[in-house]
Amino acid sequence: MANGSGRPLSPHLQVYKLPRTAILSITHRITGVGLAVGTLLLTWWLVAAATSPAAYERAQHFIGSFFGLLLMFGWSLALYYHLCNGIRHLVWDAGKSFELSEAERGNQIVIGAAAVLTVLTWVIGLAVW
Amino acid sequence: MASNSKTLRSPLQIARGLGSAKHGTEHWWHQRVTAIALVPLTIWFVFGVIRHLGADHAAFVAWLESPFSALMMVLTAVVTFHHAQAGLQVVIEDYVHNEMAKILSILAVKSLCFVLGAACVIAVLKISFGA
Repeated sequence: MANGSGRPLSPHLQVYKLPRTAILSITHRITGVGLAVGTLLLTWWLVAAATSPAAYERAQHFIGSFFGLLLMFGWSLALYYHLCNGIRHLVWDAGKSFELSEAERGNQIVIGAAAVLTVLTWVIGLAVW
Repeated sequence: MASNSKTLRSPLQIARGLGSAKHGTEHWWHQRVTAIALVPLTIWFVFGVIRHLGADHAAFVAWLESPFSALMMVLTAVVTFHHAQAGLQVVIEDYVHNEMAKILSILAVKSLCFVLGAACVIAVLKISFGA
């Protein structure tokens, strides 16, 4: 390596292509922060329903608007991703699936499950709405 | 470890028990316990939201007037905010290195989570008790 010591350097983000497990890992954190922001809408929704029918209508109107639906889509995808990848973290915490091949298989399961659950939710949601 | 130069005690001795942060694994464990609890709660929440898409105020109130729904919504809110403040604290600790900014932002995030969580609980109770 370039520091002349012959010892490995830790990877630098600008010159290092992140492996897929690393991308999924940082995505877990980003979706977690995004979902925390989403609790603002959850709070508004519940407090509005407790306040008055008019306040509740305003919250429902915002959620049903184009921008509201866009946010809801993002949050539903983030929620399913964080849920699926969170379960995978619990599997890791149990000391299982640390081999690279198992991790790659986990990547595919998490991405696939999050995508399928999101699409399924929106198909059912738009059908009953 | 700096203490190695002055003492023959092994670093393991210092790390044992509650460790250098004096919190042991409590924070990590809370994240896991709340994560496990959130799996069924999230599934209940998603189904509940889908069933009440576009619901008017009366239908929404009727949903949360049921003791079971109120219980589940209160649990969802409390555990979600507990999980959120624990996770956000770790994110702040990883990226904010100025000690004062770190402590202030952690306090701000925790306060906000407490306030929002309490607001959710009070809202659900108010609806459920029909006040």
